[in-house]
Amino acid sequence: MEPLVRHRGVVAPLNRPNIDTDQIIPKQFLKRIERTGFGEFLFYDWRYGEDGKPNPEFVLNRPPYTQASILVTGPNFGCGSSREHAPWALMDFGIRVVIAASFADIFYQNCFKNGLLPLTLPQPEVDRIFQAIEQADPSTGLYLTVDVERLLVHDDRHQLEIPFALDPYLQETLLHGLDDIARTLKHEALIAAYEAQHGK
Amino acid sequence: MAMVRRLRHTPRTLFEKIWDEHVIFEEPGQPTLFYIDLHLVHEVTSPQAFEGLRLAGRRVRRPDRTFAVMDHNVPTTDRSLPVADPIARQQMDTLAKNCQEFGIRLFDLHHPEQGIVHVVGPEQGLTQPGMTIVCGDSHTATHGAVGALAFGIGTSEVEHVLATQCLVQPKPKTMEVRFVGPRPFGVTAKDMILALIGQIGTSGATGYVIEYTGQAVRDLSMEERMTLCNMSIEAGARAGMVSPDEKTVEYLRGRPYAPKGEAFEAARQRWLAYATDPGARFDRVVEVDMSRIVPMVTWGTSPGMVTTIDGKVPDPDAIADPVEAQNVRYALRYMGLEPNTPMTEIPIDRVFIGSCTNSRLEDLERAARVVAGKKVHPRVKAMVVPGSGVVKRMAEARGLDKIFREAGFEWREPGCSMCLGMNADILQPGERCASTSNRNFEGRQGRGGRTHLVSPEMAAAAALYGHFVDVRELLPRP
Ligand code: SF4
Repeated sequence: MEPLVRHRGVVAPLNRPNIDTDQIIPKQFLKRIERTGFGEFLFYDWRYGEDGKPNPEFVLNRPPYTQASILVTGPNFGCGSSREHAPWALMDFGIRVVIAASFADIFYQNCFKNGLLPLTLPQPEVDRIFQAIEQADPSTGLYLTVDVERLLVHDDRHQLEIPFALDPYLQETLLHGLDDIARTLKHEALIAAYEAQHGK
Repeated sequence: MAMVRRLRHTPRTLFEKIWDEHVIFEEPGQPTLFYIDLHLVHEVTSPQAFEGLRLAGRRVRRPDRTFAVMDHNVPTTDRSLPVADPIARQQMDTLAKNCQEFGIRLFDLHHPEQGIVHVVGPEQGLTQPGMTIVCGDSHTATHGAVGALAFGIGTSEVEHVLATQCLVQPKPKTMEVRFVGPRPFGVTAKDMILALIGQIGTSGATGYVIEYTGQAVRDLSMEERMTLCNMSIEAGARAGMVSPDEKTVEYLRGRPYAPKGEAFEAARQRWLAYATDPGARFDRVVEVDMSRIVPMVTWGTSPGMVTTIDGKVPDPDAIADPVEAQNVRYALRYMGLEPNTPMTEIPIDRVFIGSCTNSRLEDLERAARVVAGKKVHPRVKAMVVPGSGVVKRMAEARGLDKIFREAGFEWREPGCSMCLGMNADILQPGERCASTSNRNFEGRQGRGGRTHLVSPEMAAAAALYGHFVDVRELLPRP
């Protein structure tokens, strides 16, 4: 898994509460045999019209947000079914950080299995980010840097500086790109010794 | 030294012996890292796991301890024809490619010993006492019948086991389920497990590994023990198991992947030593009174919604707890049943004999005994789907296929089939099925389909009469 130490990118605003996993990736797209390729279908019903053409109104279809790698959104993001396809779709589109006042439990856990940071901030701080986006140059959008080492979000000129909290175990997971497999492989010597000792 | 001796003599359960032997790394407050002896893989829950390995540049650590089979969405009709469903075909092709790339043994669609993963494992002797076994399928508990610790895992965990041959999980608690008293006439292992689920509920064993004990369990054949362990998950348990005994040993003797000759004798000693020690303690003990068990039938949309064949559909108005009453009402609406209907008056449209719960040779033999010389009711469409190619050929050698066919049953190729309806074998909306499978959830066997879980002999009897009957009336009294 790719480590996430410091990430700078365009922030796309999607100011709705309770966005569920069915909206993130509708179930007709779950039949793939890969984890990749879901980005195309991210927010499908919003991103595309009935005719299958991109909806020009939707934020991720408008430059500079077509290049967004950070999403700021409403509370309780990722509720609904437990499908791991939701973080897969976000990652595949290019999102590395989602900022919201709260996240659904299972979605939150699934993110860390895939190197995606669900960043929880108090709602007033989230609102400050929405405001900063409005005030930014519309052709470039707002760039934020998310520093997982120092647990700090800031813009380029440090006018906006917001510290955040993160469980140390999860912080380490992101900093070192440790998925569960990578963690287990740190015990490689023990596993090999076990196999030798037990004739396995 | 004294300490060591005392510890060594502390009586332990089957579960504890296997767990202790497989721990690689443990830290207080953290889940345990433990070793997996056998990893079974099928086409539906594995593709993303293999893809994850490839993306991370990882290998399968122990292809020799990994074994793959196609079962969940294989067609059960003529196998010389191409697979019609493109998604099923793609999942099968993908498994074949993955197995080739990573060097994993595979029983594919055309392999003579292909079958349902939980039938194939024990049948091939892959499944052995004292092993830790996982598979991306919740009915992996079936393998516990030989005295193994076996349970289902998710796709992320499948990838984890492929890469590391280990799993990280918190240690479960232990539950003894003791069946007290001798087995009454006409009662099967399926009735025993349904009765347990009815007694403790579908989350009654959540967080536990069950060991089934008591003379009635010792008296079960190995295949019956598999039926019993299979549905442990429907009681909420992580796994179900039975201590190995001479029956276990004899079952494994001569199986293709079991040890041979002197190695078998050595294994025999080792296997028997896994049995729970006298005086070992469980975290919880549940007793089930065998004398109260008769042939069982589910009436609702969860395996816990079960009653006896001489019972009736429950009346929600007679249930005090309003939440419970509401659940019953929803279930009856979906099932299209009136309160207080005697179970024997419920008409049946379809009969499915198959699934990893009840598709082994003995299951088919017992069903055939009920069917022999009779005809399927004209309204009923009935099918038998053997659990594996081996089961199918053995059954045919005994003429069971003829008995079923002459009675009007379809005789199919092995696979999961109508247990989950991922292939073409599904119920139509509103159709009612007597099924020997393990789940009666809404839509499980097809959208709008209505499933009643029963034993193979009860399913066979329902096929003949077009409604449920008490199979004890059809069986010769001892
Ligand atoms: S028969 Fe049914 S329960 Fe058994 S493995 Fe197949 S789908 Fe799962």
